This record gives sequence, structure tokens and C-alpha cells, in this order.
Amino acid sequence: MALLDVRTEPPAQARARPAAPRAVRWREAVAGYAFTAPALAVFGAFMFLPLALTFMISFQEYSGFGRAEWIGARNYTDIVADSTFWRALANTVVLGIFLVPISLFGGLGLAMLLNRAMPARTLLRALFYVPVVISGVSAGLIAKWMFNETLGVVNRVAEAVGLPGPAWQSSGVPAMASVIVVTVWTTIGYNMVVYLAALQGVPGEMHEAARVDGANWWQQVRLITWPMLRPTTFFLVVWGIIGSFQVFDLVYVMTGGGPGNATTLLVTYAYSEGFAQRRQGYAAAIGVVLYVIVMVLTVVQFRLNRRREA
Amino acid sequence: MGTRNRRLTGWRLTAALVLAAIVIFPIYWMFVTSVSTPEELYARDAPLWPVALHPENYTEPLARYPFARWFANSTVIAVVSVVATVVVNLMAGYAFAKLEFPLKNVLFLAIISTLMVPVQVIMVAQFQVVVELDLVNTNWGVILPRLAEAFGLFLSRQFMAAVPDELLEAASLDGAGQLRRFVSVVLPLCKPLVATLVIFTFMWRWNEFAWPLIVLRDNDSYTLPVGLLFLQSQFGNDVGGLMAMSMLATIPMLVVFAVFQRFFVEGMARSGIK
Repeated sequence: MALLDVRTEPPAQARARPAAPRAVRWREAVAGYAFTAPALAVFGAFMFLPLALTFMISFQEYSGFGRAEWIGARNYTDIVADSTFWRALANTVVLGIFLVPISLFGGLGLAMLLNRAMPARTLLRALFYVPVVISGVSAGLIAKWMFNETLGVVNRVAEAVGLPGPAWQSSGVPAMASVIVVTVWTTIGYNMVVYLAALQGVPGEMHEAARVDGANWWQQVRLITWPMLRPTTFFLVVWGIIGSFQVFDLVYVMTGGGPGNATTLLVTYAYSEGFAQRRQGYAAAIGVVLYVIVMVLTVVQFRLNRRREA
Repeated sequence: MGTRNRRLTGWRLTAALVLAAIVIFPIYWMFVTSVSTPEELYARDAPLWPVALHPENYTEPLARYPFARWFANSTVIAVVSVVATVVVNLMAGYAFAKLEFPLKNVLFLAIISTLMVPVQVIMVAQFQVVVELDLVNTNWGVILPRLAEAFGLFLSRQFMAAVPDELLEAASLDGAGQLRRFVSVVLPLCKPLVATLVIFTFMWRWNEFAWPLIVLRDNDSYTLPVGLLFLQSQFGNDVGGLMAMSMLATIPMLVVFAVFQRFFVEGMARSGIK
């Protein structure tokens, strides 16, 4: 629960404040705008203006140079008819469906493993976290080399133990599987750390009492640990789903969306349409669709969250 | 009971060590590859450890490509971004947490609503803004747009909301203006917040790829991740050289992580607040 403490604080404006004279309020308002001016400037120029422009460009045909042409909703009707778009959306969903639970339960398992006193615990925790801090590009480069079909270490080890080495790079399903494996690798440490923090909030006495009542390990996990961790799990699931819509660097470097479009995701598709094909209007329209998806997910998160807290 | 517990700890430790070895293996393999020749790597029965150390995998690409330049670009971008992010977010966080001004809540909600927006949503339009400002190929073109990141602002506002109002009121009775209240009352309490902001901003800017890939068009203006992508296209079968450069790009991040590990973990747990 410690994780969510800050959220439950009363907002500053809810606290009773003595009515201030007008001059004081005026000075405070000026100070408020002075302090927020840098943030408002960068958000205005580089977030809100681009968001509005994205919406506008999504109704245009534009190559990035020269004149843009207004074409009404054609980009959107093209999206509906674009099989690659649907493939990219399906791939993104598939990635999320596998990545989120594997990384979540893996992270929980690691957290429970490391939650007890053991030698070198801090070092072990750090080692599991290393893949989170290295760049997606480096992760993609090393993964591409390790999953190389003929020379990569993965298939060489598989061969050595008598398993057939899958065609990681020339066949769609193994390629997607390899992307899932690597995204799990880069996210599991994060889930572990958040779960470790949450486990500190599960009182030891509860386990003690359950043990006295004869509960075995699995019953303790199922009836005490898991329910106590529900808020954390909820947060990590939502965060994981939204994160799976943002996987870009790794896929761009590791598979380039291939073979075919087997690992093309919404974000890599938007990028290649906008900056490789130079169909910027179309890429903006994909951006709007992506924005709507992410916003819906975010709103659902807050709704469910509020219901849980109520 | 004692021996049973000890045996259980032994099993746990063994399991943890095996799993840690698997998780670290790719980094280890990056290193092994970075000191090996293609012949050694492509041999039928190549072992899982280096046969010999080949420093030329490091020295030759360093001499041939502007890697040092990319390293410098990455460093400048990361450091300037960190400083700017801390300043912008601490100021805004204070105002949103402790001051009353018109439209405050609307502005805050508008900013927070962008928390989850991936850069790919707005990249086309953002690039046009950067073109209009004549910032293509410059460090500022990478730095400025990424200052509009709601995470740090949200974190700062939440952190400062927890600073007791009484402290500020006491300072105000002593005649301190807003600036002095901010600098001498609030800021000294913000060290953990600053640590979190510094570490995460550094990590994100050092590793950032998608946005620099769009803004940086010339070889000389690349950051390390964009440079690595370029090297991938140059090296072909010379995986050793590529992994050596990837290693060099990763080491600073690993050092920062090793030194500030505690803050990473605490900061991550704190970011779970969202």
C-alpha cells in the first residue's frame, strides 16, 4: 500500500485556507504563472501544439516537403482498409497478451524469491534490474545477434542439447516469440522491484498466523500475498499494457518489423509510414488512432482505480 | 527447524543465482562477442567464453567512425536535459502543489493527460515544429521537445504537496517572498525527488532512440543509439566491432546504475505511485 500513499493525499486546494486579501491573491497568481512559465512554454510548443497539428495533418496528404493537400477523412478510411495496419494492431495486442502476464508473474516470482534474507541479495536484485537500464538499441543489437538462425548462441545451445533451432528471423511466429522473450527480459526487473517494495507492506504476522493455522505455502500465497498485492498488480497490468503499445526501439533494431510484417507494431508502422514512406498525413492519422487507444486505456485505468479505492 | 531453514535458503539462493546468470547472459555475450573475431565466433564448436582478447574490435571502429563525437553528443544531451528537466519540474511542481492561480487544475490535468502518450503519436507534427524552429540536426532539437514530459512534473507536484503548509506559512510570516520560500524552505527538502529526477532523466535521455532518429540527420550530430544503428548497417558480418561499440555505449549507463543503484530502486518504487 505504501506505493499508493501519495495518491490518497488530499489535494492542496482541498485544504482550508483563510481568505486572503485581493492583492495577496493577485501576487500569488502572478507567482504561480511565473513558476509554471517554463513548463507551460515547453508543453505548449512541444506537446499541445503538436497534438493539435497531428489532428489537423491527419486530414491532409503531406510528404513532409512542399504543400499539404486537404483530403478530408480519406486517411482514416484508408486505415480501415489497410491490412498492414490491422496486422500491426493485432501484433501489438498479441505482444501485450504474452508480455504482460509473463513479465508480471515472473517479476512477482523473483520478488518473492528475493524477499527473504539471503546472501548477496542486493547484488542479485541489481543484476535482475540491469536489462531495464540498458538501451533498447543495445538490447535489440545483442538480441538480433543471439537469435541469429545459423550462428546465434540461442540456436547453438539448442542444437547442443538436441533441440531443433527455430527460424527466429525468417518465420513469423518464432520472430514474434523472440520479440516477446526480449521484451520480458527488459521489463521483468521493473515488475520485480515494484513488487519487492509492495511486499514490504505485507505484515509478517499474517503469514505467521496462517502458518499456525496450518496453511501451506501455496495457500499463504493465494490467500494472503496475492490479495494484499492487488493494487500493485493492477497498477503493473495497466502500466504493462500501455507499455506494450510503446515498444519501438527494440523491434525497430531487432527485427525491423519483419519477416514480412510479422513483428510490425503500431508505433513502428506509424514511424515507417511517416518517415520512410513519407506519408505524413497517414502517419498522423495512425497517431490519432494510437492516441485514442492509449487515452481509452488510461481512462479505464483511472475509472477502475477509483472504484477500487471507493 | 534451523537446518531446514538453512537448506531452504540454500535452494532459494541457488535458484536466484541460476536465474540471475540467465538474465545477465546477454550482457556477458555482448562482451564475449566484442572481444572475438568472426572466425572464432562462427567456428562450429565455438565455446561460450572468449578464446582470445581482440582489442582491435574496439580500436578500429573508434578510429574509423565518429564514435567519440556521438559519445560527446549523448553526454551533452543527457546532462543538459537533466538540468533543464529538474529546473522546469521543480518550479512547476511547487506552483501546482502550493500556489493558487487561475486555471491551475485545468492546466495540471491537461499536462497529466499526456503522461501516457507515446512519441510516435505526435512525431510528425513535433518534427514540423522543430523544422520551423530550425532545430533539425541540433542538440536542442532533441532536448527541448522532450522537456514536455509529464512524468517529472507529476512526481514533483506529488512530492511537494507533502511538504507541510505550516513551514511555508512560517517563512511567509518572516517576510519571505515566493522565491525565498521555494529556494530556502521547499528545495532543501527535495533531495530524494531531485535524485529520482536526475537518474531517470539521465537514463531515458542516454538511451533514447526514436526521437533523435527523427531529428538528427547528419552523421556528426548522432547520439550513441542512432550511431549504433548506423554502425549496424556498416559492419555487416563484423559482429565483434558492433558489439564492442554497443558495449562502450552501455558501460556509462551500467556505471551510473551501479553507483546510484539504491536511488534507482527507490525511485522505481516511488514512480509506482502513479
